Amino acid sequence: MNQNVERLYNGIIKENPTFVLMLGMCPTLAVTSSAINGLGMGLSTTVVLVFSNLLISAFRKVIPNGVRMPAFIVIVASLVTVVQFIMQAYTPALSASLGVYIPLIVVNCIILGRAESYASKNTIVPSIFDGIGMGLGFTLGLTCIGLVREILGAGQMFGIQVLSLSWFTPITIFVMAPGAFLVLACLVAVMNIVRERMEAKGKPLAKPSGCMTGDCAGCGHAAVCCGKTTAEALEEAKTK
Amino acid sequence: MKELLLIAVASAIVNNVVLSQFLGICPFLGVSKKTETAAGMGGAVVFVITIASFVTSLIYKFILANGALMSRGIDLTYLQTIVFILVIAALVQFVEMFLKKSIPSLYESLGVYLPLITTNCAVLGVALTNVTKEYGILESVVNGFATAIGFLIAIVIMAGLREKIEYNDIPKPFQGTAIVLITAALMSIAFMGFSGMI
Repeated sequence: MNQNVERLYNGIIKENPTFVLMLGMCPTLAVTSSAINGLGMGLSTTVVLVFSNLLISAFRKVIPNGVRMPAFIVIVASLVTVVQFIMQAYTPALSASLGVYIPLIVVNCIILGRAESYASKNTIVPSIFDGIGMGLGFTLGLTCIGLVREILGAGQMFGIQVLSLSWFTPITIFVMAPGAFLVLACLVAVMNIVRERMEAKGKPLAKPSGCMTGDCAGCGHAAVCCGKTTAEALEEAKTK
Repeated sequence: MKELLLIAVASAIVNNVVLSQFLGICPFLGVSKKTETAAGMGGAVVFVITIASFVTSLIYKFILANGALMSRGIDLTYLQTIVFILVIAALVQFVEMFLKKSIPSLYESLGVYLPLITTNCAVLGVALTNVTKEYGILESVVNGFATAIGFLIAIVIMAGLREKIEYNDIPKPFQGTAIVLITAALMSIAFMGFSGMI
């Protein structure tokens, strides 16, 4: 298979950041109260991811290894600022409903994770496709979770009433904060079953590498965030 | 005074940072296995967020805000995301070095957790909320402190619950992260009860 197509397939299906790798859980919980919000958040993250992969891969030989994390953060933060302003100008309603979560794309594990594990080691074109694949995979995950929550919580799909309120009583809690935790918990449980089945078949899924496992090993944020350092630091504290 | 108190109650309990704003989920899930470590992590977050809110609101007011610099209408607000994240990252390193050298007893209890919070989304989230809500310096500090107290409350309760859950018989697919998320959902429902307070 062509390497670029392989990158797209890898991001959307094989290592889907939401379903398989369980990365970027803060925005996943926060903005999926409706499918539109999930879609908007997913697409804006995709744009940042594609351009950050492009720039980081282009500059990978220029950035000294010692200051690589701060350099990546500056690149990502600049792109996020640009996206934030574009959204404020052209999609003011979406920008208002996503609020503080747009600038918080900066600290999304997926972006620094891909920068660290893929873009900083590969050439420009595959890095762009890696960004598109991962971004679309994330968008797919957020939109699906948003759809489930919107149908259960309001009987709507993308803001259109599909379940008639004459017989359907919306379970409002699903569009509120606790619903996010509940839906995600069920998703994790379902993925646990899928994981076990695939392993029995001899085709194991990629391990979740995000914060959900409690040890973020593999997430590019490990250098600056909790994650791997958490486990190590706590180990160290115990032995003292 | 009344306004400050309102801000404090609103950010610590009513709009709890973890349970209703979903910021700082990673340490909330990762470091909540034991009450002791959870309390340590919570303490470090209180310390860092309070200082970070103070410093970022100072920087915003005197450098970034429209016309703050030399009052010639230089508007640097567009730099806020970049400046805040770099300042927070540097600040945490600095605080760690300062504590190690000057207050070793405090470093003993919080030091381990400090590097873990550098780009915790809660820290950046609070700094950005302070700007969007147009809080002054004192209000920002109160908001930061209260938000972090909210985190401390949530993570300590969660750790207490997880210590009990360990002895329960949980269906296999729900073992691990899933049951923790269900617990978080129930806690979140409980915290929704406070929403009528303000």
